[in-house]
Amino acid sequence: MVEVNRSKRTRNTIIYHVLVIGIGIFMIYPILWLGGSSLKPDGEIWTRMSAIFPLKPTLQHYVDGWKGFGNISFAVFYKNTAIISVVTTLALVFSSAFIAYGFARLHFPMKKFWFACMLATLMLPLQIQLIPQYIMFSKLHWVNSFKPIIIPSFFGRAFFIFMIVQFIRGVPRSLDEAAEIDGCNRFKTFFTIIMPLCTPAMITAAIFAFYWSWGEFLMPLIYLNKPKLYTISLALRSFSDPSGQTDWGAIYAMSFLSLLPVFVIFIALQKYLIEGISTEGLKG
Amino acid sequence: MKIKKHSTRESIDGYLFILPWLIGFLGLNLIPMVATLYLGFTDFDMLSSPEFTGLANFIRMFTDDVRYWASVKATLYFAFVSVPVRLVFALFVAMMLHNNRRGTHFYRALYYAPSVVGSSVAVAVMWREIFGPNGLFNAILAKVHLPADTVWLGDPRFAIWTLILLVVWQFGSPMLIFLAGLKQIPTDLYESSSIDGAGPVRQFFKITLPMLTPIFLFNLVMQMITGFTAFTQSFIVTNGKGTPLDTTNFYALYLYSRAFESFQMGYGSAMAIVLLIAVALFTGLIFKSSPMWVHYESE
Repeated sequence: MVEVNRSKRTRNTIIYHVLVIGIGIFMIYPILWLGGSSLKPDGEIWTRMSAIFPLKPTLQHYVDGWKGFGNISFAVFYKNTAIISVVTTLALVFSSAFIAYGFARLHFPMKKFWFACMLATLMLPLQIQLIPQYIMFSKLHWVNSFKPIIIPSFFGRAFFIFMIVQFIRGVPRSLDEAAEIDGCNRFKTFFTIIMPLCTPAMITAAIFAFYWSWGEFLMPLIYLNKPKLYTISLALRSFSDPSGQTDWGAIYAMSFLSLLPVFVIFIALQKYLIEGISTEGLKG
Repeated sequence: MKIKKHSTRESIDGYLFILPWLIGFLGLNLIPMVATLYLGFTDFDMLSSPEFTGLANFIRMFTDDVRYWASVKATLYFAFVSVPVRLVFALFVAMMLHNNRRGTHFYRALYYAPSVVGSSVAVAVMWREIFGPNGLFNAILAKVHLPADTVWLGDPRFAIWTLILLVVWQFGSPMLIFLAGLKQIPTDLYESSSIDGAGPVRQFFKITLPMLTPIFLFNLVMQMITGFTAFTQSFIVTNGKGTPLDTTNFYALYLYSRAFESFQMGYGSAMAIVLLIAVALFTGLIFKSSPMWVHYESE
């Protein structure tokens, strides 16, 4: 009887893994296909369309694609995107943690009201503020600069503030109190005690902030109209314009290349991403 | 313990900590929002100052703009199909990956991978090539001897489905939230129901699903808003045109083209106001209906 159960369990385990891997391959097939196709020589792209592995792999498409367009190479687009993403990510994470400490630990008049306002902004469609923001930034002559994309990140972002507030609430208050007894003021308490303890939440926030700013499309589309200011998103869009050139290999290569930084960070830090999301506070 | 009164020092510190957010909230959210509410009632092209026109924008929008209605139809269709499918799929995968078997961590990463590049231009470009007339999808159909001459992106019946498929494929973030929710369900609930003789199917409907409803509510609201404001995918796949026949001309796409291509800022603002009302209405409806289907633990 025990033997029968064990063999049945083994069989179920095998079925489970086959099923999960099967669906999993199906899920990532398009991305593998994109990567594989970027390495196929021109002929193979059409003759062996659905294959993942090229017969004669070549890096030629990367060389061709990297040249970019209008005499601007992808090096420029990568540099622009890196500046925007790194500054935005750092600014968002630190400002959000700073703000979160105020909401999580301090008592002040109208706190509940402001906290509710912050949560409400999570649900505001961006379009409701887009047009006046554009008018404001163009009056400041910020159009065709990175400022309209970077500066707002210094004011925190509701999603991250909320996430870090939830995290700080789990940190024992006795730590703050001990620091205060030692004569720390609240700013010192935040920078020396709370912020270091929030590292896991801040890393999770940083990963999301980086992904979002790396892939951001609408803001650059509105604010950056000169090709030398383009981010990778804008460059890929122009590069792959169906009415323009049709060097498919180069398009595949540059598209795939733009995904690599995201995947590298994902593989390196996925533990934080997948474990880092807490649903505390979603419950009623 | 006595009720803590706000100390002055602490109040000042509190406001100093939230000051960055407060400035951003006023300057980037609230004031622009109020400005949109005003601009919606004007004619404004950025060159001359806004001219008050009363309800003209709204009247034109509702009675005299076929493309507007096409965009409403496309957006509602997209949101109402993609959001439920995406959530059900996310829940299915979360159930599948919620266990302590060997390799679970690897599988979660594998299934989440497409979502980390979710709304990127690169993936949208890839999608356009996959569903192009000579693209991967038709190549696969030809391989299995099915008709392979459909122009997926050019046919009004199918174009929107390629976009629905694209967002369903990126079910990762609701899946992670479901997984976190599953982790919080006390295991003794399952143990005691097993003793009562309940099988896995019964347990799913009697324990898992009710316990997950608060998470479901959160996911539903967030995904609905994402669905209503979908932009990048359609912009790239259809080259900013919402083709064919405006069947993929999503609301956000049409708003963008009115406001930032034709510089009809007043009309764009009016569209934004209607969008805000629609989002508020649907979120309100979801929350209003929640006592009927959301299960809260009585403590």
